[in-house]
Amino acid sequence: MRSYLSDRMGAALLMAPLLLFLVLAYAWPFLGVVKWSFTLPTPGLGQYEALLTDDLVQSVFIRTLRIAAIVTVVSVAAAYAITVVWVRGTPAQRLIAEFCILVPFWISVLTRAFGWVALLSNRGLINTWLQAIGFISEPLALVRNEFGVIVGMTHFLIPFAVFPLASAMRSLDDRVLLAARGLGSSRMRTFWTVFVPMTRSGIIGAAMIVFVFSLGFFVTPAILGGGRSVMIAELIYLRIFQSPDWGLGAAISVVLVLFVGALMALLFRYVRPKQLI
Amino acid sequence: MPTYRPGPVSLVIAAFVALFLLMPLLAVIPVSLTPSRMLAMPSGELSLRHYRALIEDPRWIGSILLSIRIGIVSSAFSTVLALCFSLGVWMFQPRFTAALVGFVLLPMVVPPVVSAITLYFLLTSISGFSSFFGYDTWLGVAMAHSVMTVPFATVLMLVSLSQLDRRIDLAARGLGATVWERATRIIMPNIKFGIVTAALLSFVLSWEEIGVTLFITSVNAITLPRLMWMGLRDNIDPAIAALSVILIIITVLVLAVRSLVVRQRGGH
Repeated sequence: MRSYLSDRMGAALLMAPLLLFLVLAYAWPFLGVVKWSFTLPTPGLGQYEALLTDDLVQSVFIRTLRIAAIVTVVSVAAAYAITVVWVRGTPAQRLIAEFCILVPFWISVLTRAFGWVALLSNRGLINTWLQAIGFISEPLALVRNEFGVIVGMTHFLIPFAVFPLASAMRSLDDRVLLAARGLGSSRMRTFWTVFVPMTRSGIIGAAMIVFVFSLGFFVTPAILGGGRSVMIAELIYLRIFQSPDWGLGAAISVVLVLFVGALMALLFRYVRPKQLI
Repeated sequence: MPTYRPGPVSLVIAAFVALFLLMPLLAVIPVSLTPSRMLAMPSGELSLRHYRALIEDPRWIGSILLSIRIGIVSSAFSTVLALCFSLGVWMFQPRFTAALVGFVLLPMVVPPVVSAITLYFLLTSISGFSSFFGYDTWLGVAMAHSVMTVPFATVLMLVSLSQLDRRIDLAARGLGATVWERATRIIMPNIKFGIVTAALLSFVLSWEEIGVTLFITSVNAITLPRLMWMGLRDNIDPAIAALSVILIIITVLVLAVRSLVVRQRGGH
């Protein structure tokens, strides 16, 4: 009995500091934000009504969903291609693939967004070269629009899609593939009818991670969209800092959290959390 | 060892993806060498003036030192909190463990912009009665970064604890070791690699943090990413390209050293 009590004391003492810290520095202020959404500028549900009727807010929501969907499809497909080589290539191929995945992964989002500005802007690499070879006379508008945002976000999110895919591909039994080949199936057919269906959980996990991340993306759209292709996160920022309308910013945040929470709940019905690492 | 290798089509597509991933990192190199004061490709002449600007301009140095200070404080804080919490979970396996761990991981899964507005609320509330710890102060930024990095540190600790053999702890307990002795002399020496990794990751995450930092700083606590952001939004300053090149080189070197170490360990 004594040791049982002291065990409980020990656990409580060890776990309390972090839990207390997060309650005070995260849970409590989040409730404060929820309160803002119901009380600023006037008490009531006015902010949530505005969400449903305001044309600007609506168009930003739709743009965010559209961009997130495109980015999800493109980055999962691209990640799949490079993950196949990372997991199943020859040692040299694997080393190169790993380098190409991990170096961008560890470089900050700002540096990567800046790299795209350097490539895509009017006086950037691509436009300079295309003009130098006489292919175009006027620079192409590759950045400060939705195209730039999609390129930058896809680049940022590919490594995040790689990890769940790699985990699914590693746990796949080689003998099944060899059997398919042995029974006369072509490379292509083996890939599409055996390999891809067997990595389904990885694809779902990767798509969910990328989609959820894209919904709350801030830095890349703000830099590569140049204020013209505003997504939800940037709208929250603008509502807090530029047209002080804290209530609406808070209401959008609450809706975003609920939406992401629902998506996560859906995800965990299909995939175990461990399969995502 | 997989016997089923990717075919030529897979390799070609993967090569394009690899090129896409590396392209923006390579693009900053020529830009950093431009003699022009604006973002442009160098035409003919190369110059190191933007690298010199990084050393000579006190703003860059100041924000680098500030980012290091914030990174060390927030990484130490979140590593200690995460370590205690994970030890509690592993040693005592209390009821509701899953719910408690889930709560701790929230800042990692909630969209960063929502965490940002939450921490903005927190720090502006604190600012009401404290001038050195709140909105736009370095201590406030360090605390906000701790909130954001502590889930990652906790995950790393829990993963390395899960690979630890429970029997060594049971043996220590059977021989009469106290909780303190078990934690500091049995468990921690066995997960020291995980502890160091958690501290390093927390530092790197704080060093790069921009989403939350934008919301909670204005003119005083200008961290390095915050300064880069200011240079990126308006007139693009090529000094950012020079800085990016340096950061990329550091990353590549660290990853290369790490893979060498891993290979040597695996080789033995």
